[in-house]
Amino acid sequence: MSFGDYMLFIVGAVLVNNILLAQFLGNCPFLGVSKRMDTATGMSMAVVFVITLAGACTWLVQYYILIPFNIEYLQTIFFILVIASLVQLVEIIMQKTVPGLYRALGIYLPLITTNCAVLGVAIINIQKEFDFVQMLVFSFASAVGYGLALCLFAGIRERFALARIPKVFEGTALGLVTAGFMSLAFSGFAGLVGH
Amino acid sequence: MLVEGLALGGLGLVAALGLGVAAKVFYVERDPLVEAIEGALPGANCGGCGFAGCSSAALAIASGKAAPNICVGGGPEVGAAVAAILGVEAGFREPQVATPGCTYGVDKADLKYNYDGVRDCRAAVLLAGGPKVCDIGCIGLGSCAAACPFGAIHIGPDNLPHVDPLLCTGCGTCERVCPKDIIVLSNTTARILGFNSLKDCLAPCQSTCPAQIDIPAYIKAIGQGRFAEAVSIIKEHNPLPLVCGRVCPHPCESACRRGLEGDPVNINHLKRFAADYEMGTGQHIQPFCLPKNGRKVAIVGGGPAGLTAAYYLARLGYSPTIFEAMPKMGGMTRYGIPEYRLPKAILDWEIQGILDLGVEARCNQAMGKDFTLESLRQEGFEAIFLGVGAWGSRNLGVDGEELSGVLPGTAMLIDRGLDKETPVGEKVVIIGGGNTAIDCARTCWRLGAKEVTVLYRRSRSEMPANDIEVEEAEREGVKFHFLAAPTRLVGKDGKLTGLEFLKMELGEPDASGRRRPVPVKGSETILEVDNVIAAIGQFPDLAFLDGDQAGQQVERTKWSTIKADEEVTCTNIPGVFAGGDDVLGAATVVQAIGMGRKAARAIHLYLAGQDPSISPDWVKNPKQVTSLKKIENAPAPGQRVKMPELHVPERAMNFSEVELGLTEEMARQESQRCLQCGLICYRRQGQPDTIACASCAK
Repeated sequence: MSFGDYMLFIVGAVLVNNILLAQFLGNCPFLGVSKRMDTATGMSMAVVFVITLAGACTWLVQYYILIPFNIEYLQTIFFILVIASLVQLVEIIMQKTVPGLYRALGIYLPLITTNCAVLGVAIINIQKEFDFVQMLVFSFASAVGYGLALCLFAGIRERFALARIPKVFEGTALGLVTAGFMSLAFSGFAGLVGH
Repeated sequence: MLVEGLALGGLGLVAALGLGVAAKVFYVERDPLVEAIEGALPGANCGGCGFAGCSSAALAIASGKAAPNICVGGGPEVGAAVAAILGVEAGFREPQVATPGCTYGVDKADLKYNYDGVRDCRAAVLLAGGPKVCDIGCIGLGSCAAACPFGAIHIGPDNLPHVDPLLCTGCGTCERVCPKDIIVLSNTTARILGFNSLKDCLAPCQSTCPAQIDIPAYIKAIGQGRFAEAVSIIKEHNPLPLVCGRVCPHPCESACRRGLEGDPVNINHLKRFAADYEMGTGQHIQPFCLPKNGRKVAIVGGGPAGLTAAYYLARLGYSPTIFEAMPKMGGMTRYGIPEYRLPKAILDWEIQGILDLGVEARCNQAMGKDFTLESLRQEGFEAIFLGVGAWGSRNLGVDGEELSGVLPGTAMLIDRGLDKETPVGEKVVIIGGGNTAIDCARTCWRLGAKEVTVLYRRSRSEMPANDIEVEEAEREGVKFHFLAAPTRLVGKDGKLTGLEFLKMELGEPDASGRRRPVPVKGSETILEVDNVIAAIGQFPDLAFLDGDQAGQQVERTKWSTIKADEEVTCTNIPGVFAGGDDVLGAATVVQAIGMGRKAARAIHLYLAGQDPSISPDWVKNPKQVTSLKKIENAPAPGQRVKMPELHVPERAMNFSEVELGLTEEMARQESQRCLQCGLICYRRQGQPDTIACASCAK
């Protein structure tokens, strides 16, 4: 793949096939941590970190355990096991070695353990038969897309404080409506990269 | 099946092993001390201590970066528990309470007007262009109430935040949330040490009052029937409301914006009403006092300045001792103001309330005779306040002053205060135009003098006495002889028989702005008199200072007053402070009270080793504060309530109090006339007393 191909690849992962708004993965934290911009950015950083790492590990598990032993059908269980252990491991190590980053990511790191976006990216990596570098780029770009959508959404939700909102729409209701509009808006990127 | 099992089990084993090893290798030690402290903290994560949550606070306490009693949410019990874990004693932490500082409600606040529908104060202010200090008023959206972790704030029917002091822990969340600096934390020390600043939103009355009482606040409290609260508000700045409510010349009323259209609000009598309410309950409303710190301060003189300084020093935790030369406390309020204006029983009650705060009073102790500055220092007093008043009477400076029947102005009033006999003849002339002269005249009339005349060398409009005093004296039949100056006292066999005076006319204004009286040649007239009382002025009698080495060094002015800064109250000797009449010359009770609190501030800062000099924003002169020249659209002025009085015949030959006090109904009615002003705002027509700003009306 040439450099231009990679750029298109990245744009495709961030905007066109946005993991949140086009593939609808990881919607729980999308609504849960998007009320304030600072929590949204914290979550985004954690997601970028974990998805990239988990993508690499699951890729290795897929090609060096599952395929050689011919047990691809156990992929989901294996990936969940790998991701969960990985997040715990990373947390333990970070607490000791980089306490600054550990405190910055805070509660979001363990939250991601059960995030379907992580598992989703890992599985897409396999389905699309990426090689290792493509897998890394795709994982990273997808996570950035996730963070972008989360931060945009948090920005909009912060503005809700200033707006006159009918009582029935307050809170999650308007959050879901807004998420729907954002998803529609992102579908406008579909023509950007031929996929 | 075997392969799958092995692979999955193997991977699980590897993961478990990896985690186990990592947990062992990367084990982060949790300090048991931190955990114990965190367990003792309430876990509210209110942030009032200044740390991000209770865990951080626990860490800070354990590492010695914070005191064990920093937790504001849990109160003293939590502090004690944490201190017990650390094995130290919990120091006292002064409680803070949130105080909403603005009385301008949401009704007409411009932000509400233009951005209706906004649900949060921060949002409203963001839309109006960033945070701002209160210049319009509370937006009333209740962010503070929503943010309070202890449920201590609610938005009242007046759309202003109300704080429940029992629930408020002083965590400061509301202060951080309020975008307009309207709700702030305050505590006793801050309020006692705080004086009017040019940055404050001051009503004209408050900026004019020498004691800086928050007048709109207590009038509002009276209007809403919260009388005890009104007393507390007054006592924040004036510990002698019973006295002041009776004798104050109320410069506040001259500044009252209500007076621009109609009569000013009867501020002083409202204060008296609140004070009388307190006395009526029979229970002193005592303020919060800091625990005693054991440091001793000597206060020389038990007059209003000394009592005020003692009151605030006691509240700040000091142990003040008042040394009074006379047999009883009160100074000139007892020995200068006659019974019919200020009954002694009332004065006694008021003084007792101050002494109950832990102020020691030693009467019959004259400086220079029974003690000196040096002996006070040796006794362990770390600071000394001189509030000895102005007890010297000026002489007339005319021939015949030695004749019997000639009295210095204060002598008679002092004798009355000492319960001595004070016989007067049938015809009495009082010379002077101040309150002392009128007091003497009305006292002589009560003692049975048939003909009482006040001789004053200028005209009625120049008289420094309170107007009401002059009017009452006239009603009691006291004659006034304006533009007349005594030239000679005539006597026979050493006894006074007559007074010769010259007629005067007014010439050019002198330095004080009053027109200078010029004698009319050849207009000498002789009046037949039995007694002449010279009440032409008082000065501080400071001879007692010369009794010791230290006292001699106290710098004085050419007017025989102590040289001290009127704002800072420091004299040239470190640790010696002065205030009241002995610095100002004969002045008013309320000025002495104002200086007493300034002295308490200066002494506190001096003893804490801090610089007592004042900030440049300090309001020295009420004229520095901008005010309005006219008011528009204010409610109709209404009728100023009149103080009920004894009828003149009932006053003769006795010293019953003349002014009877306002009834509750009158007080409430009068308080409705208050415009609840701020710096540039006041209540407008058609509004309840939940005030908005006039400048927003346009």
